[in-house]
Amino acid sequence: MSRSDVAGDERTSAGENPRDDESALIAALQAGDEAAFRTVFDQFDPTLRRLARSYARADAVAEEIVQETWLGVVRGIGRFEGRSSLKTWIFRILVNVARTRAGREARTIPFSSAAPPGEDSGPIDADRFFGADHGRWPGHWCQGPAAWGVPDERALAKEMREEILTAIDSLSGSQREVITLRDIGGWDSKEVCNALGVSEVNQRVLLHRARARVRAAVEESLGAIEQTT
Amino acid sequence: MQCKQLIQLVTDYLEGTIAEAEREQMEAHMGECKWCERYIEQTRQMIDALAELDRQSGDSEAWANALAAFREHQNR
Repeated sequence: MSRSDVAGDERTSAGENPRDDESALIAALQAGDEAAFRTVFDQFDPTLRRLARSYARADAVAEEIVQETWLGVVRGIGRFEGRSSLKTWIFRILVNVARTRAGREARTIPFSSAAPPGEDSGPIDADRFFGADHGRWPGHWCQGPAAWGVPDERALAKEMREEILTAIDSLSGSQREVITLRDIGGWDSKEVCNALGVSEVNQRVLLHRARARVRAAVEESLGAIEQTT
Repeated sequence: MQCKQLIQLVTDYLEGTIAEAEREQMEAHMGECKWCERYIEQTRQMIDALAELDRQSGDSEAWANALAAFREHQNR
């Protein structure tokens, strides 16, 4: 494994304010406080792992990406000035490590590959809608979503875990990055745009497509489709 | 508004970045179309399920490795 430069950068974008309570945590880390490091590790490791898996299908490679990320954190924390949040800085390290390993250069997603959704219905088959020439209900559901019969999101997460993870694995890299950070990691859109270097608009388009696909995968797995007439 | 159009706007709607006029059209449509209402509700439920996915205990070996690196770096 090459010792690629894993130093994260601390550029911020408008609107990102590192929280004040982070400076105490950062100071503790820089002083070698193991409890502080444990706090940070517990907070970010699961999502780092999840995001690493989105870059590398093989568990062993994802494992190495996360390990190298923490190495980068340990080596870089002494120079960290807190101009971006700790979260953004740590995840930028991971993104750099992962993209370097994958041979991809860090780049913003070109606009042409993130064009706004056109007239197509995304992952929903066009046949599931009445045609534009339909007398009564042009463009309306012909085979609509049926009830999922799941009491709540916890039950859904438990019962459909494998289907959801498989669906996320089959997304394009950019879509996978965005849905992982936004919906699994709970990040807000500004944090994601900063960490991945994409615009708000592009981020929203990627998120839209990712969510539509994962929802469609759950629906298909449940066979939850019904005639509307 | 047609169902086919509405599902394109779901993310803008949930993000709160949708134009007011479109939002009103969507909500009017959802009031009359249980399938579109269901589509949005399912999208919401799926997003909430994604948030539940990482509720797992930490990897103790990974922590041991990270802590070892942290300690080693302090001794330099």
